[in-house]
Amino acid sequence: MIELAGVSKRYGATTALSSLSIRFGDHETTALIGPSGCGKSTLLRMIVGLVEPDTGVVEVDGERLTARTEQQIRRKIGYVIQDGGLFPHWTCRQNVVVMAAHLKTPPADIEQRVRELCEVTRLPAEMLDRYPAELSGGQRQRVGLMRALMLRPNILLLDEPLAALDPLVRSALQDDLKRLFETFGQTVVMVTHDMGEAAYLAGRIVLMREGSIVQDGSLEDFQIRPAEPFVAEFLNAQRRLVAL
Amino acid sequence: MRLWAAVCLMIAACLCAAQTVSIGSKKFTESYVLGEIAKKVVHDAGLDAEHKQGMGATAILWEALEGGSIQIYPEYTGTISEEILKHPGLDDEGLRRELKTHGIGMTGELGFNNTYALVMKRGRAAALGIHSISDLKNHPNLTAGPTHEFLERKDGWKPLAERYGFHLASVKGIDHALGYAALNSGQIDLKDCYSTDAEIQKYDLTVLKDDLGFFPQYKAVYLYRLDTPARAIQAISSLAGTISEPEMIRLNAEAGKTKDYATAASMYFHDRGLNAVVARESLAQKIARWTARHLELVGISLLLAIIVGIPLGIVASRPGPLGSAILGLTGIVQTIPSLALLALLVPIPFLGISAGTAIVALFLYSLLPIVRNTATGLQSIPPPLKEAAAALGLEPGARLRKIYLPMASRTILAGIKTSGIINVGTATIAALIGAGGLGEPIISGLALNDNQTILEGAIPAAILAILVQLLFDAMDRYLIPKGLRAGG
Ligand SMILES: Nc1ncnc2c1ncn2[C@@H]1O[C@H](COP(=O)(O)OP(=O)(O)OP(=O)(O)O)[C@@H](O)[C@H]1O
Ligand SMILES: [Mg+2]
Repeated sequence: MIELAGVSKRYGATTALSSLSIRFGDHETTALIGPSGCGKSTLLRMIVGLVEPDTGVVEVDGERLTARTEQQIRRKIGYVIQDGGLFPHWTCRQNVVVMAAHLKTPPADIEQRVRELCEVTRLPAEMLDRYPAELSGGQRQRVGLMRALMLRPNILLLDEPLAALDPLVRSALQDDLKRLFETFGQTVVMVTHDMGEAAYLAGRIVLMREGSIVQDGSLEDFQIRPAEPFVAEFLNAQRRLVAL
Repeated sequence: MRLWAAVCLMIAACLCAAQTVSIGSKKFTESYVLGEIAKKVVHDAGLDAEHKQGMGATAILWEALEGGSIQIYPEYTGTISEEILKHPGLDDEGLRRELKTHGIGMTGELGFNNTYALVMKRGRAAALGIHSISDLKNHPNLTAGPTHEFLERKDGWKPLAERYGFHLASVKGIDHALGYAALNSGQIDLKDCYSTDAEIQKYDLTVLKDDLGFFPQYKAVYLYRLDTPARAIQAISSLAGTISEPEMIRLNAEAGKTKDYATAASMYFHDRGLNAVVARESLAQKIARWTARHLELVGISLLLAIIVGIPLGIVASRPGPLGSAILGLTGIVQTIPSLALLALLVPIPFLGISAGTAIVALFLYSLLPIVRNTATGLQSIPPPLKEAAAALGLEPGARLRKIYLPMASRTILAGIKTSGIINVGTATIAALIGAGGLGEPIISGLALNDNQTILEGAIPAAILAILVQLLFDAMDRYLIPKGLRAGG
């Protein structure tokens, strides 16, 4: 469970988040959507403590996020960014096991977990011995996902995980993600630019604009009861894209 | 920091370990020869003796003697009264009395007067009709190339020109040995010299008559610390009155001809029917000794620079005034000329004229490339990757060790490589303060105006720089993570 209460963040004259409150319940999959620069990434980064709120409080599983609790909380969260965020000097296997090894998990357990994750993410195990630069974008994203899942986190945050992929790879990964979310039942918050993807993967969609929430609900709510004209505009713009 | 202190102590311990009598000499042929002669008699008296050749000019030798990094060096009475004690006109007894208050003793006069003199090419002087220094008044267009020391001395160029009332349009400071070459090739008309310089004969020079008796007497003596072992003091004192002016010119000429001070010194003993074997080394042995010392200087200073430079670079990579201050300061150090840096370091207590000072200077020079490259290497890690590392829940120290430093390793190693190569070249200046290394033959060669001796140091130094480069290239292959090389 994640709870943000009255968080704001300004960068000079830009407001990234303005006194925003939201709660992400257990086993709930939420998609954050909205125009570029509306504060989606800032919100995710705030949950892992990469951005400190100017005002307000972040709580994860009932524990308040502070400098003292930050490290513990981060280890309960899997955080995936575009292109996987893999460290180039390590093989993919090293990237995946870094935290488990750091926390002195027995090697046999690590090995077991890596095999499991290869299946879950459908990545051929031999790929793990390559360096990130030797993989395709989709493969790198699967490795990034493995790394995020390694410690069995109960929260998964994904910031545009599929943005840089070609449509075929993207659609395959969407299917894999859907299966993954359904099987594991973590709290998932995912940023996307694509309303179709949001509706396909998440039961709950949160539309943001200029650091605030415009509407929070299902796709149906958005279509039948738009909170503002902006919601309909946003949906129309997305439809026009698909029609092309 | 504790490691640094330990390394410094180790260096100091090594330097102090051997109880040898250290003899210094100034940076010109005669001083080298007198140094060798002293070394031989001290050695024959049953003591370990070493000769730190060509350490520099008066100020540096006096500093070294007072500081205790040498026990003995040859000096001239005129220099002692004019330059060291700043008390012109003292007789020998007066000199002894004042030196004693510094804890320094003086032997009897060795037997020759090596005063300053002005020289010109014989043909040129005759053509212009110049015989004495007074004649210079009528030739204001001559070009003079005195040594830097002579230009600054209280009994040097300015007072001399004032006394004689001459003024030359062009006066440029130039190294003593190079000055002879310039005089010979006609680039300068006039320079100062020592009246026992072998070059006076070699280049067929005219000594201008000091018709007003301006130059003080420069009788050669040895200065020694009063705490020098008595047997050593006895040995050098026995040399008093044994070297005449013609004899000294002959020894200087021999040193110039054979390019070997030990040979010249052995001539002195041979003339007296004494055991003339002055310990000699083959060229290969000498180069091996110089190279070993050179590597020692480079290795220790580079190691210190790595130990200190990488943490400084880590601090400097963070935004803020501290980082800019570190980069600024290490940058300024690099702009100080190496000689000036040595001159700044020598007066610092505990450093003085020693290998330690050379190591500190080299360390300071090596710092900037390492600090700067560590900082840039860390700064150029893409922010999303830094965030990914933090979001994993790794502690800041582990992030730095496991992720940031390895990712910056290529840049950091390039900085270390740059430092290493610069260091091999710069370490030749260590010889200026008697710290040895491949600079020793280079400086001797300059003093003798002898290219062969210069090359004995310069060629191994160049080869060493190339080897160091190859070594670092090979190390890159082991130290830079494979993924960084594969990715390009
Ligand atoms: N470190 C920063 N310094 C200054 N401004 C920032 C910083 N991070 C974000 N911002 C600004 O805050 C606002 C919100 O940024 P954020 O990255 O959260 O947007 P976003 O919704 O993720 O956009 P996109 O869809 O393009 O990724 C933007 O105007 C951005 O320029
Ligand atoms: Mg974003």
